[in-house]
Amino acid sequence: MSAGVGVDLENLWIRFGDFVAVRDANVNINGGDFFSFLGPSGCGKTTILRAVSGFLDPSEGRVLIGGKDMLGIGPNKRPTALIFQNLALFPLMKVWENITFSMEIKGASAAQRRKRADELLDMIALPGQGDKLPSELSGGQRQRVAIARALCAEPDVLLLDEPLSALDLKLRQHMRTELREIQQRVGITFIYITHDQGEALTMSDNIAVMRDGVIDQIATGKTIYNDPNTAFAASFVGENNVFRGKIKQVMGTEAMIATNRSGDLVARISTANQGKMKEGDDAMLFIRPEALAIAPDGATGDHYVTARVKHEEFEGNVFNIFTQGDGGKEIKVSIPNHGQSFQDHTGQSITLEYETQNAVLVPAGELAAE
Amino acid sequence: MPKFLKEFFNRNGTGMGLAILGLVLFWTIGLIILPQLSMLDFSFRPNLPPPEIGGPKDVYTLENYKYLIYGPEGGSQDYNAVDLRVFFRTLIAAVCVTIFNLIICYPIAYYLGQSKGSHIRIFAIMLIIPYWINEILRAFALRIIFGETGVLNTLFVGLGIFDTPFDFIRNDIALYAGLGYAYILLMIFPIYNVIESLDHNQIEAARDLGAPWWRIHWRVVIPYAKPGISSGCTMVFMLSAGALAAPQILGGPSSLWFTQLIYQQFNDNNDWPQGAAYAIVLLVTCILFVLAVMRLFKVNMGDIGK
Repeated sequence: MSAGVGVDLENLWIRFGDFVAVRDANVNINGGDFFSFLGPSGCGKTTILRAVSGFLDPSEGRVLIGGKDMLGIGPNKRPTALIFQNLALFPLMKVWENITFSMEIKGASAAQRRKRADELLDMIALPGQGDKLPSELSGGQRQRVAIARALCAEPDVLLLDEPLSALDLKLRQHMRTELREIQQRVGITFIYITHDQGEALTMSDNIAVMRDGVIDQIATGKTIYNDPNTAFAASFVGENNVFRGKIKQVMGTEAMIATNRSGDLVARISTANQGKMKEGDDAMLFIRPEALAIAPDGATGDHYVTARVKHEEFEGNVFNIFTQGDGGKEIKVSIPNHGQSFQDHTGQSITLEYETQNAVLVPAGELAAE
Repeated sequence: MPKFLKEFFNRNGTGMGLAILGLVLFWTIGLIILPQLSMLDFSFRPNLPPPEIGGPKDVYTLENYKYLIYGPEGGSQDYNAVDLRVFFRTLIAAVCVTIFNLIICYPIAYYLGQSKGSHIRIFAIMLIIPYWINEILRAFALRIIFGETGVLNTLFVGLGIFDTPFDFIRNDIALYAGLGYAYILLMIFPIYNVIESLDHNQIEAARDLGAPWWRIHWRVVIPYAKPGISSGCTMVFMLSAGALAAPQILGGPSSLWFTQLIYQQFNDNNDWPQGAAYAIVLLVTCILFVLAVMRLFKVNMGDIGK
């Protein structure tokens, strides 16, 4: 797998006038990786993609593909292929002409192109559809044609700009699996842009979480989910409950914070912040809904929270309990459905417990918008 | 009543619908079709003094059409070489003007259509404003530029590029420039309209797949802009083949435009039937030519309206 071509961003800055779209990005993407840039819209992830594909020049810093500086090399000369958000298939060309456009440029004969198109159509499970126009295909089929068109150019790096965002939910979930399979089959580097954390988590080897032009964390999906660096990463990736407070005591890799409403709580300090957080600092403690459980009444201590239940809902695989939390924010608790009888707590006060290692502490910071 | 008419009346009400319909029919039938039919009628009649109109000599004849091909009866030549030459020269020149205009206007239209910002509006206004000046004045302005002692000759001779003034007018350069300039907007705006709606991602996608700029135009932009290009070319061709002012003012002494012959027949010779026949031949030839070219480039009639 590591045979693929890697991409490196070194101290990359991109400015549009006074606006800084990308601020000092340093990313090493291994060859053959499925790498995602994850962030809300306007965070600069598409700008990074355009800098890699060559449509934008860095204001500062370098973009390296396979260790080679790409400065001054145009998008038509880079070993990258880009899949656009709206796919940008050529509407007047037939599907097979679309797919083999890159071969046409290199002067391949019609017979060669036709043969290659048929191979790729088989791969994307659209055999015999080559003579249709893109407008005669469904959304998911067009999606696959766009992938085939990009792969036909035999790029070292495939860049994908939120290509699934236009599809409906079912198809989107299906295409996730399919994209991942294609990536593993062809073995080239995929760089994927998305604001959908589900897409990023299910497909990627590594994820960069971005906010306002800054990369907050680069790690595997699992690490980002379990061990976020910042309040933004913790709140943007997956659902999370936040408790704010001041650090009362640091105990090695753990610390206790004093909250206004829920008393003193203990949590693990996230790996990147260990040794950097000290007493008196503003901190945020995050506990995932599934890491909370209902404790016996009257239990107290530094990993118990008492809260009043506002409402409950049944989602099938889980029961969700919403309680009044700090600062008006709800605390969400997800209890797995094992077929047990479930008592309605609405209006009651309940005690919640968590294991210290499942709660993570980061410096106070900006949260992701809901 | 056909469905579209019913919908039309439902939308506008019967009174307003009838008024609109009446005006449109008056426009097309009263102002366009009937006069053309009367011209057609003229073209098949002999040129008679007023008292004899409606008399025994007023019969349908092909004389006027024969005249264009064979010339005056008992003439010295087998064919009407002078008029036929003017006729074909006009058509070929109109084709040249159209191609020349397309080459100049396509890049402008592409630039206007694909770049963003308020400077585009200023650019468009700068293109439109000169057309507030009437055609005759614009033609004379070009004479001032291209004349023997005109701006260009003064400049080139002054710079030592030419030894003696170059006769732009006798060489028809002024005429082509004038015709080209007269219809530049009719070429730019249809193409601009289409290119403006072209998704810029398609251009970037082609570039990303390795296409050099000319191939992007050849395979992506031009096929997409084809309706606009055909619409612009049709209008420029029709109007330059039928132009009168520019050839009159900017044409060299030896180069007649076919419209000038028609004008002479109507005005100088007072031979309306002959003029009508010439005009009909020009009209029908132009239409057939345009249809043939449209077929060659696989353009539909509906595309022209875009």
